[in-house]
Amino acid sequence: MTDTPAPRHIPDRLDKPLSSAIFSWEALLVIIAILIFAVNSFASPYFLDPWSLSDLTFNFTEKGLIALAMALLIISGEIDLSVAAIVALASTMMGMALQAGAGTPVLVAIGIIVGLGCGAFNGLLVTRLGLPSIVVTIGTMSLFRGIAFIILGDQAYKGYPESFAFFGQGYVWWVFSFELALFLVAALIYWFILHRTSFGRRVFAIGNNPVACQFSGVRVDRIKFTLFCLTGLMSGIASVLITSRLGSTRPSIAQGYELEAITMVVLGGVSILGGAGSILGVVLAAFIMGLVTFGLGLLNVPGIVMSIFIGLLLIIVIALPIVWRRLREGRFA
Amino acid sequence: MKSFLKNREIWLLAGIVVLIGLISTRFPGFADPANLRQVFNDTSILMILALGQMAVILTRSIDLSMASNLCFTGMVVAMLNAAHPAIPIPVLIVVALAVGLALGAINGLLVWRLNIPSIVVTLGTLTIYRGATFVISGGAWVNADQMSPDFINFQRAAFLGLPVLSWIAIAVIALFFLVMTRTAIGRSIYAIGVNPTASIYAGIDVGRTKFIVFCISGMIGGLAGYLWISRYVIASVEVANGYELNIIAACVIGGISIAGGIGSVGGAVLGALFLGIISNALPVINISPFWQMAISGSAIILAVVLNARGERRQGRIILRKAEAV
Repeated sequence: MTDTPAPRHIPDRLDKPLSSAIFSWEALLVIIAILIFAVNSFASPYFLDPWSLSDLTFNFTEKGLIALAMALLIISGEIDLSVAAIVALASTMMGMALQAGAGTPVLVAIGIIVGLGCGAFNGLLVTRLGLPSIVVTIGTMSLFRGIAFIILGDQAYKGYPESFAFFGQGYVWWVFSFELALFLVAALIYWFILHRTSFGRRVFAIGNNPVACQFSGVRVDRIKFTLFCLTGLMSGIASVLITSRLGSTRPSIAQGYELEAITMVVLGGVSILGGAGSILGVVLAAFIMGLVTFGLGLLNVPGIVMSIFIGLLLIIVIALPIVWRRLREGRFA
Repeated sequence: MKSFLKNREIWLLAGIVVLIGLISTRFPGFADPANLRQVFNDTSILMILALGQMAVILTRSIDLSMASNLCFTGMVVAMLNAAHPAIPIPVLIVVALAVGLALGAINGLLVWRLNIPSIVVTLGTLTIYRGATFVISGGAWVNADQMSPDFINFQRAAFLGLPVLSWIAIAVIALFFLVMTRTAIGRSIYAIGVNPTASIYAGIDVGRTKFIVFCISGMIGGLAGYLWISRYVIASVEVANGYELNIIAACVIGGISIAGGIGSVGGAVLGALFLGIISNALPVINISPFWQMAISGSAIILAVVLNARGERRQGRIILRKAEAV
């Protein structure tokens, strides 16, 4: 009789000792978030009010939504610098529709469809023509925002309907805004996609070795195209939220958001070289950036000085584990 | 003849000539030597910056902090001039170079010693340097009436028919040409971009070369800081905001491959000139300046598409076929 061997269990990753969970990137981010939270609540008496904390979330939810999709894109080894320009173009298109007498449902649909279309355009250029995404999206960044400038010039669209204001200013329950609820739901969906589906595994695989993936039967181009579409879609959704919150459209809307979204992704532990990262990290990074900007805002620190802290945070958080590892190995040059 | 036609710079030059021709049909005075000299002078700062960025991109890195460096160094020089008008301009230029070098060295050290990808480092220093400008200036502006006449007029002085600014650009172009084509460091920069692993075996210190490249782009940023402030005679936190992407755009249009190793001094100069001609031409042919952004965006995409077709023939055929499945 031949023994039928029990099916071998091949784990996704090796079991790690508890210490590695404590020293994980997410744990580091949690500690930083708690520190900033503690410092903030001592520094300003207004910080621990539920409504202040609720206002805090508006600082990062829109960029955070973009960062979720951007995380997947960066893990797959690509990047999209045109997200803020997509926000501007989608917002401008919504403004045009408003002038033509469109109602709230149509406005939302237009914002999302324009975002999706722009993302698909990026995706086509990168996958069909095999161009480097960083350059393509620098180009489309100028193109998309340029179209917004051609349409609007130095004008602005105003007078969005009352019902449209809900998306950026409404509350779902008590102090929980619609924006925050949407961000949390989206984070859950993206967590599921990236960490619990074969699609997510393929995204990681592509980031690590696109050529090997191609040989293994993964449709690399199709997945990358999908990721660009997702990033465009999230930018379109963010555009609806921002336009609704501000109640007006200018072509300079969301200027600089692309770098803040990428900062969130990198701060969240996603490797800029692709192949590694987690949604939990990105969500934590979004909260940290919101905490820092809001806390410093309560202390009347000007926005430009806050950006120093964000920049320092980015470099220090990336450098810390490297310096720590070298110190332990005793070969710090 | 075939290699002549394959030369990217020739095509770009032809494109620029056609562009000038097209503009001349709408505005006959555009091709005048006097006007072209003006366009060259207007584009000088962008050309200098594009050369610094080119050196970085050739090594497979990127420097997003150049415009912030320009802003910070410009503010330092302007405040120094406002406080001590007696300091001669050459000393101020040395100060600008030194401050820019220091900021570039910070980028370079982080890339070299800690091995952090350059896009992350310079994304961080992009916000830090601009924030630091706010800190040293307290948010205040330095206006034209606070600057000494020498400070403002130095680059405008005519010398052999061209303003000093143009001569500085020509000198920087010549220097870069010599360094990139005639020195060991120039060869190392190209080698690292083409194949970093092979470069290590060839005895090139990849990290140190990257450090040097960031020092170069930092010094260029500093020099451009003084030139920018004395040209537009206002120093504020908003100076050159977002300009880092224009610099990269000039490089991309000039045929410098973002994947490293491919590109030339002539390409960077012509790429900058292309953008400069567009921004100079739009007002005179009565197109709203709001069109400029979309036009340069389209130019970038077109340039990448054309360049990619030229590059694709190189590299390993086996892999290319595999990827095309």
